[in-house]
Parts: sequence; structure tokens; C-alpha cells
Amino acid sequence: MITAERKPLEELIECLKPYRRILLAGCNECVTVCAAGGRKEVGILSSALNMHFMKEGKPLEIKEITLERQCDPEYLEQLAPQMDQVDAVLSMACGCGVQEVARRFKETPVFPALNTKFMGASERPGMWAERCQGCGDCVLGSTGGVCPISRCSKQLLNGPCGGSTLGKCEVNPDIDCAWQLIWDRLKALGKTELYEENLPAKDWRPGRGAGPRKILREDLAS
Amino acid sequence: MKTESTLEKILASGHLAVTSECGPPRGAQPQKVREKAEMLRGVVDGVNVTDNQTAMVRMSSLAACIIIRQMGLNPILQMVSRDRNRLAMQSDIIGAYSHGIDTMLCLSGDHPKFGDHPMAAGVHDIDSVQMVEMVKNMRQEGRFQGGEKIDGPPQMFIGAAANPFADPFELRVARLAKKVKAGVDFIQTQCIYNVDKFEKWMQGVRDRGLHEQVYILAGITPMKSVGMARYMKNKVPGMDVPDELVKRMGGVPKEKQAEEGIKICLETIERLKGVEGVRGFHLMAIEWEHKVPEIVERAGLLPRPVEQANPQVGTGNA
Amino acid sequence: MENFEPVIVAYCCHYCAYTAADMAGSMRLRYPANVKIIRVPCTGKVDAIHIMKALEKGADGVYVAGCLEGDCHFKNGNTRAARRLAYVKKLLDDIGIGGERVEMFLMSAGMGERFAQTASDFTEKIRTLGPNPVKAALGEAKRAVG
Repeated sequence: MITAERKPLEELIECLKPYRRILLAGCNECVTVCAAGGRKEVGILSSALNMHFMKEGKPLEIKEITLERQCDPEYLEQLAPQMDQVDAVLSMACGCGVQEVARRFKETPVFPALNTKFMGASERPGMWAERCQGCGDCVLGSTGGVCPISRCSKQLLNGPCGGSTLGKCEVNPDIDCAWQLIWDRLKALGKTELYEENLPAKDWRPGRGAGPRKILREDLAS
Repeated sequence: MKTESTLEKILASGHLAVTSECGPPRGAQPQKVREKAEMLRGVVDGVNVTDNQTAMVRMSSLAACIIIRQMGLNPILQMVSRDRNRLAMQSDIIGAYSHGIDTMLCLSGDHPKFGDHPMAAGVHDIDSVQMVEMVKNMRQEGRFQGGEKIDGPPQMFIGAAANPFADPFELRVARLAKKVKAGVDFIQTQCIYNVDKFEKWMQGVRDRGLHEQVYILAGITPMKSVGMARYMKNKVPGMDVPDELVKRMGGVPKEKQAEEGIKICLETIERLKGVEGVRGFHLMAIEWEHKVPEIVERAGLLPRPVEQANPQVGTGNA
Repeated sequence: MENFEPVIVAYCCHYCAYTAADMAGSMRLRYPANVKIIRVPCTGKVDAIHIMKALEKGADGVYVAGCLEGDCHFKNGNTRAARRLAYVKKLLDDIGIGGERVEMFLMSAGMGERFAQTASDFTEKIRTLGPNPVKAALGEAKRAVG
């Protein structure tokens, strides 16, 4: 999923100051799962902002809404009837959702309530960890199902570096050394010979190297 | 011989090679480079010039290498994959070679987190293994990494690092094998304090015959004090300093600790001379460059061979 | 502010604090009527949103009363609640309401006295803090309109 974290309240309060009627829009997808921008978080943030501005003597009028997805035009339409009654949208979606709101509703300012972080997985309740950088040319098949690009601090395709200590990364002992994980998994699979195949210098074009990317499926295109 | 590198000639002739390093200054002070390098004249066969070591901004390795080359010494251009993409690397390699710098060391580099610009993006377009392969192809095939022909390919003698002490230990020989496969010519190891473990690693290296495919220079760093020993033990990732050494350093009075550190380093060199596959020493006297001549002399490694002595003796690198 | 009677919402776990409240009643212990008890199956059920909404709607203080450490009927609902409470405290500090308006207390079903004492102490604490600033602003707004 795409993971995100709420921005500091101070920053949100600052950007809402010029406005009175706010549409606080959550998203029912990834940011719900990582407890950053779902219906519940919309409720909590709405209460917090409401209380703050009320205390300041400048009460807001906050409308809460949570869409199935903010990154699809079909769902975004649900915002349309609200738009002439609000001064600004505070989106609790990831950066994709925020941009789609901005693209669809050109006249209304939209602010991000979250900082979008990474594509990751939940390691345990309350913790999400990075798993993928969308390089566009997956190498997981030759690295035992552990991604060296997103999980090695130096992005080494032929690791580990000399800083791997007891399975941990030199950058931070909370980070597992990706190459230790890769090696352990290759051993478990009986595929240790894969380790000595040097992975070639990566072609970054399928990643960000060739500019912003698009996927076009002719069979589905309208 | 693959190159005109003095280091290669000395290694190929079967002499124990000696290299040392010079960390460029943190400012536009070319005289500092000259001072440090001058101390090493006639004492070492190559002077590694670090590339923003520990991720701190310093005079570029290339610029300092040029200064050292102009002094008639043999600089070794260190290059880390942290700060440059493959375009910048290749242009600097051509530039270096155009200034008579014919030996380099390919590294991934310390993470920006450890330096004075922790907010900087690490580039890591290619890693050290891929860098070795790229430089080898520039030399052997005369081609850029992107495939185009080079008009005047640089003939670099290619080095890389190896850390026998990092984890997982069982991968440490295999990682060297990857670098050998990529085409590395010589290796400078991490500082060796745990000689037993190093010997175990060398055994693994010999078992696979890697010592016949690559020249291995053992990394040596004299310790100035028990404080430094403790720091290296506890704070430097991938460093293995046995407790006995810390105890030994701490067991002598403060004013004699520096001499004790040098004694330890001389004993280590002596022991490593007897290890098959060790082809020389890389002395990293961190901010203690002026001690290098003394160490090299006391280790019985002087005088250094004149490079032209045996120009055509074997390639040693079959 | 002399006549200020704080409104306190207490989320009480069915297995401990709620029973302790019952016990306090049968022991004829007095505790302030300011405390409005909401029974929950476990304090692990209490989410940040429940505490926030209570305050937004005008509570002057909120507390969560759960089982003693290690005694949660559902293993660790009380420790989860404590973590959520810490989160809400920070949130309230950030918006200038003040995290001291919310608290977590632990007790067992048999601690009728503790329940009564906690209710009294917390009520007094909130009385000292004064009304929820949101409510004051709300009141003023209403007066201005009216």
C-alpha cells in the first residue's frame, strides 16, 4: 500500500487560516489501512481543527467526507455537489488523491493533510515499512524476494557493503540489512549460487529515469 | 601488464606493495595536499586520495590527485558511488587519466547520514561492483557503460575494497569473488586488528584461488591511543577490534600508547607478511600521515623498488 | 467561574471500573455527579475519536478507567488504551486544549473506594483547570448570536 503520516497540526492550522468552510476529505484505500487518512482519522482531525479554531474564536465549518478512492475520477464526483459550499479542501489522501482533487476542481484550493511516505507493508500492528520504490523492472526473482533497491540504504544491487553488522544496517540498527535477508532467503531456497551472479548496472528508465511514467492498456482504453 | 600503473608493475614484479592515503583538506588549500603527499615520497608506491570520506565535503579526490601527480607521485583516485552517477564517474575517470592518474579505487562510500550533509541524496546509480565492471570495460573494450566507443579509453588499474570483518562472514569471500568476476585488479582491505579472523578469510580466498586472480593489500591503521581503539571498536561499523588489543593499549601509560599502537601495527604487518596471498599493505594512518615513513621503515619495507626495475616480469594477474 | 460544574466523561471497562462504580454505589460512597459513565466492553475499545468527540461536544475532561496492569480480560486492551491516550494528549497539546484534560486510570472490580476517589480527584482537577476552552468559545458565540 501507499503509506502516509499526518502532517503536524501546526502546519495544517497555518494553511487553513485564511478559510472558513472546509471540506475534509478522507480516502478509503491505502491511507485507511495505514491509519493516516481514513474515515476515523477524518473524524479525529475534524474534531481537533474544530476545537482549535473554536478556541481561537474563529470557528470553522468543517464538512467530513470519505471517498472510496480519491485517485479515481468516478469517486471524485461525489465531491462535486459540495464544492460551491466550501472555501478549501483539506485532503487526507496520498499525494495522488490530492492532485486528482486539484485537477478536477480547478477553482477550489486543495491542501494535503498528509505527508505521503512510501510503498510498504505492515510489519506488525502500528508499524509500516518500505518495500518498493517502483523501479519498474523488478529484480525480486533473483534476490530471494527481498528488494535491495528499496531496502538497502545504499541501494546496492551487489551487496552487502562493509557496514552490515549482525544482520543490521550501519545507517540505523532498526533497519535490517537487506543483503543479510537476501542471503538468508537464498540459503533457505537452496539458491545460494544466485548470489554470485553479478546484477548489472540498472537501467533506470523504467523507473523515474525517463520522466513521469504512464501505463496505457490499449485493450481497456477509452 | 594491463596498464602503465606503477602499483601494477610493483605488484606484478612480486614485491610487497605499500600504499597509503591522503585525505584532502576541507577547503581550498592545495599546500595541505602537497604537505601530506610529500611525507610519503619514496615511502609508498601509491597514495590513495579519499573521495569525500565519511561523507564530509572535502577537496575533490580528482583535484587532489592532480596536485599529487604533478609532484611526481602516484595518486590512487578513490571514487564513491554515493556522490556521482555513471556519467559523472566516467567523465572524471577520463579526466583523471588525462592527467596521468592511472590507478583508482571503486567504493560505494559511507552513507550521507555519517557526514556533514546528512540531508543530501545518495546517488547510488551503480554500486561498487558495477563500477569495477564499468571501468574494466572502459579499458578492455574501450566502451562507455552506455555502449558507445571511447575515443582514447582510459587504462585504469582497478582497485576495490573488501571488509573481511563485516557480516555475514560467510559472504565475505563470495563478495570478493563478485568483484573479481567484475574485473577488479587489486583489493585494499578494511583495517585488520583481528588477524585470526583475517587469516580465516584469506584461507577462504585461497580455497577458491582468488588470491591468484587479484592482488590483496592488507589494510593497516595504527592506533594512537586507547581512546581511538575503543572508538574503532564501538563506533565504526564493520570494524573488528579484539578486546585484547584495547586492553593492551590501555595497559601502557598515556604517553606511551602511540608507540604501543605502532608496535601492534608492526607486529601485524610482520605476521601478515607470512600469509599466502597478501601482496602488500595499505597504511591508513588517519590524521597521522607523518608516522607512515617510520612505520614503513620499521616494518622493513624500505627502500621501495624503483618502478622500472622489472618492467616485464609476469602479469601476476592471470 | 464560581458556578462551574465540570462535565466529565468516563469510559469505564465492564470488567473492572464499571463494576467498581457499582461497588462504590453499594458501599454508599459518594462521588461527584459530574462524572458521566460510559460502559465499554474493554478500554481497548476506546479510540482517539471517542475522546476527541467527547471534548468537541463539550466535555471538560475525559478519563478512561481500565483493569490493573496484567489483568485485562482481553489480555492487553488496557495497555493499548494507554497508548491511544498518550496520542490524544499530544494532539490536545498541539491544538492548545491541553493534554491534562484526559487521563487513564487503572483499578480492579473490587476497588469501589478507588473508583469514588478517582472520580472526585479528577473532577477537582478539571474544576481547577476551568471549563473546556472550546465550550467557553461556543458559549460566547451562542450569546453573540442570541
